[in-house]
Parts: sequence; C-alpha cells; structure tokens
Amino acid sequence: MHLGEAKVGEILEIVSFPEGDVKSQGIRFGIDSGENIYVAQVFKNGPIVIRKSNQEIAIGRKLAEKIEVRKGR
Amino acid sequence: MEEKKKNIHSHFGDIKINLPPHKRKVVLAGNPNVGKSVFFNALTGLYVDVSNYPGTTLDISYGKYNEDLIIDTPGVYGISSFNDEEKIARDVILEADLVINIVDAVHLERDLFLTQQIIDTGVPVVVVLNMLDEASAKGIYIDIDLLGDLLDVPIIKAVAVKGKGVEKVKNEYNRARVGKISSNELEMELTEMQKKVASKGEALLVLEGDKYIAEKHGIPIENKRDEIYLSRRKKINDIIGHVITHSDNKENFREKLSTLMLKESTGFPILFFVLYLMYKFIGDIVAQDIVGFTEETVMEGIYQPFIVNLFSKILNPDSMASFFLVGEYGVLTMAITYVFGLLLPLVLGFYLFLSFFEDSGYLPRLAVLTDRVLSRMGLNGRAVIPFILGLGCVTLATIVTRLLGSSRERKIAVFLLVLTIPCSAQLGVIIGMLSGLGAQYILLYVVTVFSILAISGTVLNRIIPGESTDLLIDIPPLRMPGIENIFKKTFNKSLAFIKEAFPIFVFGALLISIMEVTNFLTAVQDMFAPVTTGLLNLPKEAATAFVMGIIRRDFGAAGLTELNLDPMSTLVALITITLFVPCIATVLVMFKELSKKEGAIIWLTTFIVAFLAGGAVNKLTALFSKEATGIWFTIGLLIMAVILTGKILERKKGNLK
Repeated sequence: MHLGEAKVGEILEIVSFPEGDVKSQGIRFGIDSGENIYVAQVFKNGPIVIRKSNQEIAIGRKLAEKIEVRKGR
Repeated sequence: MEEKKKNIHSHFGDIKINLPPHKRKVVLAGNPNVGKSVFFNALTGLYVDVSNYPGTTLDISYGKYNEDLIIDTPGVYGISSFNDEEKIARDVILEADLVINIVDAVHLERDLFLTQQIIDTGVPVVVVLNMLDEASAKGIYIDIDLLGDLLDVPIIKAVAVKGKGVEKVKNEYNRARVGKISSNELEMELTEMQKKVASKGEALLVLEGDKYIAEKHGIPIENKRDEIYLSRRKKINDIIGHVITHSDNKENFREKLSTLMLKESTGFPILFFVLYLMYKFIGDIVAQDIVGFTEETVMEGIYQPFIVNLFSKILNPDSMASFFLVGEYGVLTMAITYVFGLLLPLVLGFYLFLSFFEDSGYLPRLAVLTDRVLSRMGLNGRAVIPFILGLGCVTLATIVTRLLGSSRERKIAVFLLVLTIPCSAQLGVIIGMLSGLGAQYILLYVVTVFSILAISGTVLNRIIPGESTDLLIDIPPLRMPGIENIFKKTFNKSLAFIKEAFPIFVFGALLISIMEVTNFLTAVQDMFAPVTTGLLNLPKEAATAFVMGIIRRDFGAAGLTELNLDPMSTLVALITITLFVPCIATVLVMFKELSKKEGAIIWLTTFIVAFLAGGAVNKLTALFSKEATGIWFTIGLLIMAVILTGKILERKKGNLK
C-alpha cells in the first residue's frame, strides 16, 4: 500500500521513498525506507501529517501516493 | 535548474559588505526555530549590522564579541543549494573559523543531521543543546556526555528563553573542536577530493553534488549525495538510539492546540477566527479609530492648515510652486498625509499580525490546511507563505516565491499575487472603506476576489505546461513569540515601508500635480470616461485614483477615499483597485524574477481583468431593481463560475504528464 491510503492512528514502515531532491529532504527529516512513522492527520484529498519522535512532517497527497508503506511494529 | 542561469550564487568572500577587522569568523548555525537569535543578541549586544545578502530577500546580521566577528545564518535543515537560505548558510559556514551549532533538544533526530553535516565540513564545532526544559517536560532524557563523545565535539546545555546557558556559551565557545566525520569511507573520499579544491568543506559539498562549488573549481559533479546522506542519517540514528531515553508524557496545551489547528474540522474555524480578529483589529480599531485620529484630527486638522499657512507666507498661494508643494495633490499635503496619516498606522497593524504569525509557527500549519485548495491551482501549501506575506508587501512576496519548488509554481504564484492580493497599506484602506458598507457588500467583495483567485489559478494550472512539486515540510512546535521580537520586526518592516513608499508617493504626487496643471488629468478622465462612468458607473474623477494606482495600488486606494461614492459604487471601485495593476516596485521585481515578457503579460492581464471584474459586478448587480437581490444573484453566479471552471478544467489523473 502507499501512504495516501493511510488512516489516522496507524503505525507504518516506509518501504520505498521516491528518488531525487525530495529523498534528500526526507533523509534530513529522518524519513526514509525502513523508518517507522505514526499517521497523525489525514486530509481527504489533501496532505498527510506524520509524526516521528516528537516531530511532525506534512506530506502532500501526490508525494504520499508515491511512498510505499506497510504495517509497522 | 533555472537558478543556475541567474547566478544567484555568490560566495561569502564576494559579498559587498565591509566586514569589520576581526580575528576570527564565528558562525551561528541551526535548524529553523531553535532559538539562535537569543544567542546572537547575547553575544553581539546592541551593535549589530544587517546587510542584505546579494540576490535574495535575506539579510545576514553580524556583530562583534571581543575580537571575534559573530555572524548569524538563516535556519536550515542542511547545507546544500535547495534554496536561498541553504546557499547563504553554506557560504557562511564554509568561510567560518568556528561554528556554534544550536540544536533543539526536542527534535534532536532532525537537528543532528545538520550538526553532523557541519562537522563533516571539518570546521571546529561547539553544540549548544537548547530547550532542555521542553525536552524533559516531554519525558525525553538525553545522555549529554555520551552525545559529546559520539560526535566528538563539546556540548553546552541551555534553556535560552530563560537565559540559562547563555553566559556559558559566551565563555566557552572557544572549546569548539573538529568532530568525527560520519564514516571512514567519507573521511577517505574527503581526503582524496580535498586535493582538488580549497578546503574539506568544499570537498564535502562537491561529493554531495553541489554544482556551484564544483563549477567554481571546474571539476565534474560527483553525486554521492544519497550515499553520504544515508550514512550520516544512519550514524545519527545510532547516536539517538544510544543517548535518548523516552518516558511517557501527556499532551500539553500547546500540543492540543496544535492538533486542533491541523485538523480539518477545527483548523478552518480557527483560521476564520484568526482572520476575523485581524479584520476587527485592523478594520475597526486601526482603520477607524486610529486613522480617524491620525488622518483627520492630526493631519487634516492640525498639520495641513499649519503647513499651508506657513507656505502662504513665503510663496504666492496661486503660484505653481505652491500648488506643487501644498496644493490639492501637494507633496507636503497629500503625500505626507497619505503616508503618515493613513497608511503607516495600517501597515503597523498588519505587520504586528504577520510577525506574530511568523514567530508562532502558525504559517506551516496554514500551509497544511491550504495545501489541497492550492494544489488545484498548481501550487502546494507552501505558496500560502508568499500569499500571507503579500498581505504585507506584494513586492517582497514576489521575491519570496523563490521558496517554491519550480518555475511553473513561481509563475502561477506571482500572477495570483499581483492580481488578487492587496498589500497591507491598500488592504487597510479597503477594509476601512468596506466596514462602513454592511455585511452583504463585504461578502460580495470577498467572494469576487476569491472567485477571481480560484478561476485564474485553475486556468493557469491548466495552460502552463509542466508539473508542480509536492508538499514536504516540517511543522515546528507552536511557540508563544517573544514580544520584543514581534515589536522589533514590526518596527523594521514598517520603517522599510516608509523608506520605499515615501519617495514613490512624492514622485506620484508631483506627477499628478503636473497632469493637473497641464489639463492632462482632465483629458485622461474624459478618455477613460467610457470605462469609469460607462462600465463601472463611477464618477469620471475616479480615473485619477486609477492613474495613482498605476504608481502604487495603495496610492490609488487612498485616492478613492476622496470620492463621494454610494455603497455599490464604492464596492465596484474597491474590487477594481484590488485587482488593478501591481505597483511600480513590484513590476520591476517581477521583470527581474520572471522575465520582461512574462511581467508585461501579467501587468496587462491584471489591467484588463480588474476592469472586466469591476464592470461585471456593476452590471450584474444592476440587473435587479432591488440591490440586495442583485448582490445575492452575483454571489451565486460567481460561486457557480468557480465550480464550473473547476469541473471543466480538472486535471485528470491520466493527463498529469
């Protein structure tokens, strides 16, 4: 599944993250393949807010749909 | 990317700032919102110089502490060349003799990435672990000794807002030392690359694919960014795993408020409440009470009679000089009254709000809320930042569109900015005039401007080729801004407004006076009569306000206050002046930031759209004998137009490429 299908409250593990500058930015924030994230907020047809150790990151819908995830621990 | 052509890059050494003599350059660096300014102020005291960094809207501040030159940098998550802030931070850090890196103890996982990247440049570093009180309130325990050992740099504990650790930083930053590179592989690669460039820092950036540094030394880009970033991230995650222990904690009030602001069901009501407060404050208190006092009582009641009387003793009141100085459009009468009596209080009021937004961390939340709507216009949520800043000054906001990810987004954002976003001075006048009209008229004004925004955005998204970038932003914690900082910002920005606006107003006043004495103004009024009286149903004198509006829109809006208009004409005039051409300063910036051709097209389009929209509202509302019915009819029609454009021009998933 991709992050766009996530529901609030889920803990997910990132399986793959799109390449390019966006990946570098993701690594700086600490979100990349293998990391576990908490889904804090989902806007219908809009962005998804994830939380990872006290830090919140907003991800646009189109990007979220390109991030592969699976159920985390 | 496009930036390459524009040659934004300029190395710190070439900055046209005369740095005072000094022994060493000590640079403050850190992520956004980590409290750097407290340390900068503590180190430099009162004597701080601020210089614009060439080619950007960004200023760098520097001051002295003992023999050292202390330089502040913009908050960044890393140093590469993703945006102007990073380029500046990169240039300044590469030139540093010593870096004081401020990190937020609550967001260590994010902040240490920059710390390690700075360490990897080979510069001596001292880390200031700030906001330790917040961390312990959140149940985060950090093994500081171990952290220092693993990074191999000294760590100083601090709670800057409470003054804790500030003295220690002053006394001990000299302990800074060269830390441990991310990995052994990187260490070896750096040694190899360092032979080709000037320093270890440059070697690192070349390896990370920074094309500016590579170009400077004429060596091919060696893009190992992903590998280096990943190994650095791995090291940081390891460190975090060893030094941090969590215990459970309860959500505090700010976190609860933050969650509410980020929820659809509560975020929008909060936004509307904030906007309502802003409207009440600026529309009622500032525009009515304060401006009533400054403009009518002080300027028109005391200052103008005084100055007119004074000059009547020196100059013949019928002379040309007298007309230019203290006449109807006089430099000392009209220009001074507009700038200081009318606009300055409004600008102050706006910047008070905008500074609060900036410092509290509300803007990124706004970006999340508006992302969906802005995506329909080919933008992402970040575009809300230039839009909000545009409410302060559209010229500045036009430059700020640089933070958007692609030139496609910049074109769309600049067009929408100059068409639909009134700047503080103009909006202040508009709110003042609207608030006297009644709720229905206000609603029609708002709906018209937003419909034009939505329709133009949707159309642009469809016709401009290419694809826009996605939202990916960090949401900083909500913080109560420091009152002192807010006032400082408000003061500086308002001062900048006066410096920019006053000369243009003087020029405008002279121009209008010349047009008046040469009867050119009457000719223009007659020439535009079909538009002003015919299309807009305004008196032909309104043309004067539009001529003033070409110079500055707020000048034009101020000109409208002179006309005696009925409510509907006021509304039509306000809609037209809102959408009217951007002021001269904005046009110049637009030419530079986009291209002359695009700038000219945008200028002409806003000219036409403004009169068409004003005319349409005038004609549509006049279709009914009862004005109220006309207003509701027009509102309905506009909303339908927005929905229809959305449906017809929707970019289907299939044709996204």
